[in-house]
Amino acid sequence: MSEQVRGTVAPKEPMPITVYTPASALRDPGLMFRSMIADLRASRELAWSLARRDIKAQYRQSLLGYLWAFIMPLSTTAAWVYLNASGIVKVTTTGMAYPVYVLTGTMLWQMFTEALQTPLGQLGASKNLLAKLSFPREALILSGFIKWSFNAGVKLLIIIPALFLLGDAPNAQILLVPIILLAILLIGTSIGLFIAPIGLLYTDIGRMIPVVLQFAMYITPVVFAMPSEGFAATLFRINFMTPVIVTGRAWLVGTEGAMLPELAVVCGGALVLLLLGWVLFRSTMSVLIERMSA
Amino acid sequence: MEEDVLIKVEGVSKKFCRDLKTSLRYGMADVRDEVLGRPRTMELRPKEFWAVHGIDFELRRGECLGLVGHNGAGKTTMLKMLNGLIKPDAGRIEIHGQVGALIALGAGFNPILTARENIYINASVLGLSKKRVDERIDEIIAFAEIEDFIDMPVQHFSSGMTVRLGFAVAAILIEPDILFLDEVLAVGDINFTIKCLNRVRELMRTSAVVFVSHNMPLITSFCTRVMVMDHGRSVLDTEEIGVAVNHYFGLAKNTIQISGSGHASVRDLLLAADGVALEIDTPTLQQGQELTATLRVRIEEGQTAEVNVVIADATLTGLINIPVMDERGDYIELGPGEHDLQIPLGMVELNAGLYSFIVAIRNATSNVTLCRHQGLQPFRVHADQVFWTKFVRTSVSKVLGPKPTNEQ
Repeated sequence: MSEQVRGTVAPKEPMPITVYTPASALRDPGLMFRSMIADLRASRELAWSLARRDIKAQYRQSLLGYLWAFIMPLSTTAAWVYLNASGIVKVTTTGMAYPVYVLTGTMLWQMFTEALQTPLGQLGASKNLLAKLSFPREALILSGFIKWSFNAGVKLLIIIPALFLLGDAPNAQILLVPIILLAILLIGTSIGLFIAPIGLLYTDIGRMIPVVLQFAMYITPVVFAMPSEGFAATLFRINFMTPVIVTGRAWLVGTEGAMLPELAVVCGGALVLLLLGWVLFRSTMSVLIERMSA
Repeated sequence: MEEDVLIKVEGVSKKFCRDLKTSLRYGMADVRDEVLGRPRTMELRPKEFWAVHGIDFELRRGECLGLVGHNGAGKTTMLKMLNGLIKPDAGRIEIHGQVGALIALGAGFNPILTARENIYINASVLGLSKKRVDERIDEIIAFAEIEDFIDMPVQHFSSGMTVRLGFAVAAILIEPDILFLDEVLAVGDINFTIKCLNRVRELMRTSAVVFVSHNMPLITSFCTRVMVMDHGRSVLDTEEIGVAVNHYFGLAKNTIQISGSGHASVRDLLLAADGVALEIDTPTLQQGQELTATLRVRIEEGQTAEVNVVIADATLTGLINIPVMDERGDYIELGPGEHDLQIPLGMVELNAGLYSFIVAIRNATSNVTLCRHQGLQPFRVHADQVFWTKFVRTSVSKVLGPKPTNEQ
């Protein structure tokens, strides 16, 4: 056993000084902002490492592997195509083949719900780490981004050939799709970050999210076409996910109808929300850890 | 001199709540206050108590502070605050330098992935770069003694192997200015334990260490200073380790437990050391003194009884049995009535610590237990040194034969 003695280590550089007090971090916004940036930089390697771990483990233990990313939207599509074809549900004109409409809609919607649930999911799965070790907490959120991007990439790889098969070949607009993915990640995460702190304390939040999302899907043009009048039309119009789904679908399928100004407004709002959510996340983490059951 | 203070703790306190639902509600209130930038108050809300209260200390490089106390004394909470996991409700903590912790070994391990993959993950959770691991991975594997299993999924590891791997990753890679240890040294078999202890000693030379443990021999052999905590407060902070350990044992709550058929009972148990009677309330005696017990028992009508006296350690594990016998080596049979028995217990060769008696009285023919008193007459043994073992024998050794060659 070669256990070399390291001897006395002369302090190489000025030693970092950390101070813990009861004062809220928000008391010193300058310091908080600097440490946010520093922690974000420090968490990159850990984020990659955690994301790789989770992705590897996820697929090593599965036979269908990457196909699972596609099975959910596909089965939803099949169900709605059946409902529409049998006349149980009659969807008004969508401007494209209904299967294409539903497939693109559910795919984008699923990406959104995943992005929204990622922060809480990441924190919940790492309770044990959070309670015992000190590391930049941003790493958990970042590694959630990486996993989400990976899953989104897999979905795209499968949906694009599927679109060709269904006869609605995409055009050059497909190159804009990464923008919509970024928008979805941004919006989902900004909401998710707000939900996560409370969700860590009360499991009710985690149970409520799917219920709310289910309802939200029906007032978003995911499987239904945009209603042109009435109360439903108002709901669809004020729904911030409407421009995202509509624009994403238009770019995927290569049709007109992108809602760019609305999309820009929503993204701007989400960006502000994201920054606020980050501050909330940071300043509440230590409060949550002491109350967490881990 | 002042520059070498690596940890500075001033009046640190922390509240906890007894009730989960209330605790969650307070958690929400704390989140709100945090966001609004309101400071925390020193007032206890209903159902709250001080888990840590008014702790002060400073620690320099090369010092090792032992935090001892019984469960719930606030040691781990204190460590969590030092590590920045939770915020103090009052006071101030200043940390100078890199912090390393041997806590939660193997954190972030994924059972499906191989040991090699997990080494990298674990290291990145500890804030160490891939490059650093690349340089030392062979050393880690060798330290953990898992050469043959390095590409096997960790889920097929025995618990001992997992712990060894977790320890090896952290212990080989960290080079901290400040080191936190929480009950992690008692892992694996004795070979590995010794390896761990040696490695920790190496790390200690260049860092300030806070060490939480219930293991008094470890505390004695590692710490330069001990703080005894009780109900969140520091009740003693001293460099005299023996005094602190003794104080720690003195905090133990002793409860007498009585079982058996009830046809006999212990009325009294008095101790004398070197012929001098000791006080009743947890006396302290010196290692090496002669101990004598005077035992008064009562036997009910129709019983003939035999008595065994046992000295037990703080965990109520019996250490020595002293059967109450006559000079021929037969049990003394006791008929109904009250009896006073004088029982020589011999020289106290017990390791420093807290002990108590178990007295068992049984029917001489049927062996039915008439009564068994546990936790009787607790006493402390004081010694200048605390050892690993249960017993310590002081003897005088001589050097025989040829003198060591280097003296020629």
